[in-house]
Amino acid sequence: MRYARPTSAAEASALLAGETGVTRILAGGTDVLVQMKAGMVEPDLVVDIKAIPGIREIVAEAGGFRVGAAVAGAELKAHAGLRAMWPGVVEAANLIGSTQVQGRCSMAGNLCNASPAADSVPALVAADAVARVHGPGGVRDVAVLAIPAGPGKTTLAKGEFITSIFLPARPANASDAYLRFIPRTEMDIAVASAGVSLVLDGAGKVASARVALGAVAPTVRLVEAAAAAIVGTKLDEAALTALAAAASAACSPIDDKRGTVQFRTHVAGVLARRAAIIALNRAGGMK
Amino acid sequence: MKTIAVSTKINGDAVDFVCAPDESLLDVLRNRLGMTGTKEGCGTGDCGACSVTLNGRLVCSCLVLGAEAEGAEVGTVEGMAEGGTLTVLQQAFIDHAALQCGICTPGILVAAKALLDQNPDPTDEELRFWLAGNLCRCTGYDKIIRAVQSAAAQMRSA
Repeated sequence: MRYARPTSAAEASALLAGETGVTRILAGGTDVLVQMKAGMVEPDLVVDIKAIPGIREIVAEAGGFRVGAAVAGAELKAHAGLRAMWPGVVEAANLIGSTQVQGRCSMAGNLCNASPAADSVPALVAADAVARVHGPGGVRDVAVLAIPAGPGKTTLAKGEFITSIFLPARPANASDAYLRFIPRTEMDIAVASAGVSLVLDGAGKVASARVALGAVAPTVRLVEAAAAAIVGTKLDEAALTALAAAASAACSPIDDKRGTVQFRTHVAGVLARRAAIIALNRAGGMK
Repeated sequence: MKTIAVSTKINGDAVDFVCAPDESLLDVLRNRLGMTGTKEGCGTGDCGACSVTLNGRLVCSCLVLGAEAEGAEVGTVEGMAEGGTLTVLQQAFIDHAALQCGICTPGILVAAKALLDQNPDPTDEELRFWLAGNLCRCTGYDKIIRAVQSAAAQMRSA
C-alpha cells in the first residue's frame, strides 16, 4: 500500500484516476481503516485528502454553509451557526459512533461509505444538500440523494471524490430533525431512521417539506408522498397519520438480526411522524 | 512497502519516526516509540482503549495512520502525570478503585480529561455519553463515573 497526501483537489483526483489498483480516500478513516483492518479491502493506494485547502472548513456561502469533506462530527457540533440553521443534519452526524469517532468521522465519508443505515444521509437528503465532486473531468455538483447506488456503492466515477457538501440557505420559520431507532442508547447502527425538513408559511402551516428514510431500502429513500401528506397542514393528527402511512409504504427493508421487515416498516413511519413534530417545533410552529 | 518519515509532536515533545504506510498511530506509539501506556483493545474503534488526542480532539489511535500524525500534536496518557506526581484525575481512579485489570484505564483517563478540559462540571449523563466509546469489562462503570466526578469536584475547588 502507498499513502499519498495531495495538497490540491486536482492532484488528488489525478492520483485516484491514474492508479490501476484499488484506491481508497482517507478523510476521518473511521470506516476505511476499520475495513482495512478487517481485511475487507486491501488498497494499493490510500489518498489522504485532509491537506487539500478548505477541506476541513465550514464556510458560509450564499446564505447557507459549505462543509468540507473532512470536517469531523465534533467540528459540526462546535459550529453554532450551522447547528442553528440545520440542527437535524448536525444531530444526525453526531449520532455516528463514539466521542472518539466523532473526532474524525465526516459526513462525506458517511455518504461515500454508502451504508443504507448511514445516519447523516437521510438528514442531508431531507435538507436537499448538494455534494461537490472533483474528478478528472472537472467539478460537478450532485444532489446527495444521487450519490449512493446501493450498499457500499456510489455513483462516483473513477478519479472522482467529494470535496464538500453544501447545505442551502433557509427562510425564517424552517427547520429539520432526524431520529433513528436503535435497541440501546448509544454506539449502534440505525435499524430504521427518518429525516424531515420543513418550511412554514406565515400562518404556521407547512409550506414545503422533505422526508427521507434510512435503513429501510438499499439506499436512502426520499418519500415525496410523505411530504405531500403534511404540506398545507399544521401537523394535525390526520396529517401525521397520513405522513406515517406514506413513509411506511415507501419501505422495502431487509430482514436481519437487528430488525424484521415488519418492524422496520412500522418504525420508519413512527420516526418520520416524530421527526416532523420536532422539526415543526424548531421552526416555530405550534403543535 | 516503502516507509514514511514523519515529524510530529507527542506530549509537547518533537518526535520523528518512520512507519509503514498502513501502520496505525497506535502501533507506532507502542512498537516504534515504546509508549505502551496506550493500549490496544479491539483495533477497530469500538473500545476506546487506544484513546489519544490528535490536535486536541479525542480519537482512537487505532483508527489513525501513523503517517497522518505528520505536523500534528498527539497527546497520550504518558503526558498526564508530571514526573512521578499523578494528576488529580489519575489519583481519583486509585482512590475510588475505578479499575481492576487496567487495560481500559489509560484510554478512559485520556477521554475523561478531554471532557473535563471543556466541561469542568459534567452531569453523570453527559459523562456516561462521553465515555460510551470506552469499554470496561471489570468495573461496571459506576466506580469510573464516581472517580471522574470526584476529580472534577476537586479540580473545581482547587
